[in-house]
Amino acid sequence: MDFDLSDDQRLLKDSVDRLVADIYGFEQRKALLASSDGWSRENWAKFAELGLLGANFAEQHNGFGGGAVETMLIAQAFGRGLVVEPYLATVTLAGGLLRHCGVASLQDEYLPRIAAGEVTMCFAHHERLARYNQDYVSVSATRAGDGWQINGEKSLVLHGATADKIIVSARISGAVTDAGGIGLFLVDAAGLQRRGYATQDGQRAAEISFSATPAEAVLSLDAHGVIAQTIDEASAFLCAEAVGAMEDMHATTIDYMKTRKQFGRAIGEFQVLQHRAVDMLVELEQARSMSLYATMMSSETDAAERSRAISAARVQIGTSSRKLGQEAIQLHGGIAMTMEYKVGHYFKRLTMIEKTFGDTESHRARLVAAGTAF
Amino acid sequence: MDLSFTAEERAFRAELRDFFHTAVPDRIRRKLREGLHASKEEQVEAQRILNARGLAVPHWPVEWGGQNWSPIQTYIYQDELQQASVPSPLPFNCSMVGPVIAEFGSQAHKQRFLARAANLDDWWCQGFSEPGAGSDLASLRTAAVRDGDHFVINGQKTWTTLGQYADWIFVLARTDMAAKKQEGISFILVDMKTPGITVRPIQTIDGGVEVNEVWFDDVRVPAENLVGEINKGWDYAKFLLGNERTGIARIGISKARLLRIRELAAMEHVGEIRLIDDPKFREKLVNVEVELKALEMTQLRVVAQEKYLPRGKPNPMSSVLKIKGSELQQATTELMMDVIGPYVAPFFTEEELEFRNEPPIGPDDAATAAPMYFNMRKVSIYGGSNEIQRNILAKAVLGF
Repeated sequence: MDFDLSDDQRLLKDSVDRLVADIYGFEQRKALLASSDGWSRENWAKFAELGLLGANFAEQHNGFGGGAVETMLIAQAFGRGLVVEPYLATVTLAGGLLRHCGVASLQDEYLPRIAAGEVTMCFAHHERLARYNQDYVSVSATRAGDGWQINGEKSLVLHGATADKIIVSARISGAVTDAGGIGLFLVDAAGLQRRGYATQDGQRAAEISFSATPAEAVLSLDAHGVIAQTIDEASAFLCAEAVGAMEDMHATTIDYMKTRKQFGRAIGEFQVLQHRAVDMLVELEQARSMSLYATMMSSETDAAERSRAISAARVQIGTSSRKLGQEAIQLHGGIAMTMEYKVGHYFKRLTMIEKTFGDTESHRARLVAAGTAF
Repeated sequence: MDLSFTAEERAFRAELRDFFHTAVPDRIRRKLREGLHASKEEQVEAQRILNARGLAVPHWPVEWGGQNWSPIQTYIYQDELQQASVPSPLPFNCSMVGPVIAEFGSQAHKQRFLARAANLDDWWCQGFSEPGAGSDLASLRTAAVRDGDHFVINGQKTWTTLGQYADWIFVLARTDMAAKKQEGISFILVDMKTPGITVRPIQTIDGGVEVNEVWFDDVRVPAENLVGEINKGWDYAKFLLGNERTGIARIGISKARLLRIRELAAMEHVGEIRLIDDPKFREKLVNVEVELKALEMTQLRVVAQEKYLPRGKPNPMSSVLKIKGSELQQATTELMMDVIGPYVAPFFTEEELEFRNEPPIGPDDAATAAPMYFNMRKVSIYGGSNEIQRNILAKAVLGF
């Protein structure tokens, strides 16, 4: 039991923290959100240069050879900076599916290019009627000659409009909510019908239509386990990102309470407000603990145990981030209601994280079905 | 970063678990599991079993029976001890007066008291709180006036837990009336048999008698019973309360409670289904489990930080453990109330429960569910109330 970072990890943390501080000022980010892609290829190249895009890829794939801890450090920094580049979509989701699919030729072809920043990808999985059921897949895959053909609609695809390559989940057999019979397919984005849009938190997503779209199989057998593993890793990423956002939000609130004067003194001198700030701290520390737990358990091979741990972390962090976020706004007062102040942007991001890959209630339901969170 | 336990730590855990389950009689552990209290004799019996194996005061200096364990080993020890429902070594002896004497006492104090405290040959109790000095402990008024070779103590202490069994009491008393309130206090050891001491039991809302008032009426105490320097008692008290806080999350106890709740919920039925299968109940259960898992990780983080902190300096983050740990202990008692349902109502004293020959009324543990719920309201009050913990965090961590 040791919470210390290795020298390499410390180095990675320092450099990603420095980079984010450098390129993610409030005005810089505001300009990014207003751009047509909604993110910066220049920033993406800097991520590649630092090795962030292959942080958890094997060295043979031009990766950093790191694991869940490296991903957590990056996600925390991205949370603090409210980073909008397609990291989760490309590295964690598409990269994760490729890492877990076991197809060496695809790994050799794509992972080094992701790490180098040459290609961005996304995972088209969610559908309009799925809510938080990961097994809901109605998009179909049928054989066509040597390859496959995809038909149907995917929704809320993170960074789906700008991705060069798309990994899409599609049903090969079975009923629409069967865990079995789902495959993973690689599709070239060029020529696809994609409707991109901004999300509440300044990220980007897309609706994507597939119509007899030619595709290459990534996994034409049973992709259920690979998808579950990858989405659990994405959840661990979101937990760490949320903790990064909560940290800065809390620190900003404390600073504000020490400088904002009303009734002739700093509002931080009022005990009733101090205690609320402490309750925020307690939530932050509990969230931080569960982010570490999610990080540790995201590579657990027992899928049931892993998914319980991830859900427990999501329940804790979903609950804590909502409380902390609402209190941060309340303790600031009106200023936090404005788009000109960072706290509101954190609040929006945390709120959207809570609805991504399962909300607090759906994760609680997973634990209830499992019978225990331990 | 490696958040798993090493092979040595796992072996250490297994060895302790085995010892606690085999060496400490099940009749004692079962009482705690079922929500009853160990009697004085059982507390002594259990502590002597631990002490014979060097497990009563592992965190003390090695010279006085400590084990020189790593913080993580100490954590594993507490976790296993609590999960096995072994009565914790008497905190007044082992976490409070013992460490204070070992750190600040004279050589004569150490030789006279430490081994006996570890073996529970002397039963200690705490004379800190007073009717007018609760959270504002430093406003205490019990006075110790020097008279030749003695101090003469007058005043009243309260909330003295298990004082009815005690051989000795450690008292905070005012020795300088003129000084600022924290600066005129001394830490004095008093034999409970000294003339002038009166102990009056206080019945608490659970129906039990766990705490007492203790009166001091011209109690003459040899001056050599002063610990450390005169008027430095507040520093020693802070040291003591810091010790008290590190173990106060009591996660192992909450785990043991949850296990018992599961056992009983598997036997109770709601209509056709077992309570443990009722989604509403399971939801409450997993909510507590999630928070407890988070707190366990928080505790491990605090434990891991210990190696970077000066010895004996309390980590303000342990106030987070106190706040959450006490809330979760209370939450488990509410869950148990939910399990027992209407059968929380019948009231019996612990003596009646232990010695009666009539069949119990309602499910197992029915008679202890409500008393425990009532009793555990104390945990957010004692050891520095949760509001005091928030004051500490506001000052020490947030810099207000």
